[in-house]
Amino acid sequence: MQNQFGRDAFALLVTAGVLVWIAPLVISTYTLTVLIVYGMLALSLGLIWGYGGILCFGQAAFFGLGAYTYAIAAINIGESTLPMLLAIIVPFIFAMMLGAMMFYGRLGDVYVGVITLVVTLILYRFINSTAGPQFVLGKARLGGFNGIPGFQTLNVPGNPDSYIWGDGLYYFAAAALVVVLLLVSWLLASPFGRIAVGIRENETRMSLMGYDVAARKTLLFALGAAIAGLAGALFANWAEIVTPSLFSLGQSAEIIIWCIAGGLGTRFGPIIGAAALAYLKFLLGQQTLVDNTVIMGLILVLFVLFLPKGIVPAVVSGWTTLFGRRGAGKATALRRNRAGRGAVSHG
Amino acid sequence: MVETVLETHGLTMRFGGVVAANNVDFRLGRRELRCLIGPNGAGKSTFFKCVTGLQTPTSGTVYMRGQETTDWRPHQVASLGVGIKTQVPNVMDGLSVHENIWLAARRFLPSREASQRTRDIIERLGLGDLSRRDLGQLAHGERQRVELGIVAVTDPWLVLLDEPAAGMSAEDVERMTGIIYELNRTAAIIIVEHDMQFIRSIASTVTVFHQGSILMEDHVDRVMADPTVRNVYLGKNA
Repeated sequence: MQNQFGRDAFALLVTAGVLVWIAPLVISTYTLTVLIVYGMLALSLGLIWGYGGILCFGQAAFFGLGAYTYAIAAINIGESTLPMLLAIIVPFIFAMMLGAMMFYGRLGDVYVGVITLVVTLILYRFINSTAGPQFVLGKARLGGFNGIPGFQTLNVPGNPDSYIWGDGLYYFAAAALVVVLLLVSWLLASPFGRIAVGIRENETRMSLMGYDVAARKTLLFALGAAIAGLAGALFANWAEIVTPSLFSLGQSAEIIIWCIAGGLGTRFGPIIGAAALAYLKFLLGQQTLVDNTVIMGLILVLFVLFLPKGIVPAVVSGWTTLFGRRGAGKATALRRNRAGRGAVSHG
Repeated sequence: MVETVLETHGLTMRFGGVVAANNVDFRLGRRELRCLIGPNGAGKSTFFKCVTGLQTPTSGTVYMRGQETTDWRPHQVASLGVGIKTQVPNVMDGLSVHENIWLAARRFLPSREASQRTRDIIERLGLGDLSRRDLGQLAHGERQRVELGIVAVTDPWLVLLDEPAAGMSAEDVERMTGIIYELNRTAAIIIVEHDMQFIRSIASTVTVFHQGSILMEDHVDRVMADPTVRNVYLGKNA
């Protein structure tokens, strides 16, 4: 197991290194940065949904929370290091509380979906209504529907005047994604990850084995939120403004579509799905012939009908049939059977 | 007197106006093998669920090895070293046989030892060839055997089995009887069962439930010969 993870990590580092180096030759680093951010956001849902069986309709809530936490903290502190950490910690704690309420209350999957959806709506409405001058946190005005512009963006730790932006931000975001991906891989190979998959498969059995299912789901949910929070902070740095639309339902739905299209129960599926669909949306945004939500809807329908397991599992099983060899990840193969069914019934 | 591993006092479970279990006083000694029988709706399964923490009784108390466990959740009961198999097969169909049993072993052992014990149990259950197969692809009897493996791998001192023989072939039942005897060398066992033939083949003390209460408790042969029990089973005085 240890060795397997070592080889896995090495392959991951090499692939990531090559991709990060080549990609800017094709697409501008400015666009790439946001694709990476979306990839990380999709990974956060892919972790809790694909491996923990928790369908969160409100992953955007943690994304927005991370972005707002960063913006507010950066205005107050004037340096980016602590705000970056806070953008991870605040969504983590918020998700701990929300998750504990849902999972210790033994809510079914559907209600978890509904509650996370409603929490997103509440945050969206709340942030939207904070335009008045009385909504101030320290030096930062929440700004309502105008959002918060003009905060300190990412800088070299301890040196607020040397900013990390443009290409620098791209490399930083890529490195962050690789680190998160390595941590997620390690987590999934560890007993915690294997137990999480067990819980996804059969909660009752896992609790009859003596595992505290509620505690483990809460922790996994919070870890997903922490990753989404980091993605939010990176987004804030990229956009240099945070607005309530980060919390919007459209955003939440998009994350789910990325996961379905890329392939649930795989680590790379959601990232690839997010990057591909976000880039497609970017290209479609440059023309006026067809509305891009129509195309997005069409893509989702086509995927659910013809490629219900998503891109990555389809490629892996195609590779296996062609070359008769079990494909890349053990986890990928493991989830192949169930991913499709889950995606269809939830989609 | 033998040490008591499980005891209930006045255990009662109501669902609205229905009293599913009524004032049940029960005790089980160390390494005892006990079958719970009774017609449908007699309260066996309710009793089973109250003991395992799947349901919390309306009133009454449950003690395991002298510790009160009345309001405990299933994972707390299981953590004491109690192996539980529910009526419907509860396994991870999307995972391999090895992973299913490993997850059970990992609860009480470090990863490496858990793998070792998992391999041992798989051999003992005669599942060696299927070790890497997904559980969902196996036959019903094999899946039941894996679930027994999940229970056995943790070395429980109390084993609770709800209808383990349901839907199994004669050969599978025989094999399972062997596993149950083996478990019984170190653990007290409660079996909730319908199948009288299976209970006879195990030949142990039987507790008969009827309308939520314990009707009688005796050796299987005497229980079978008892006219009241026969009536209850045939539904004459119900």
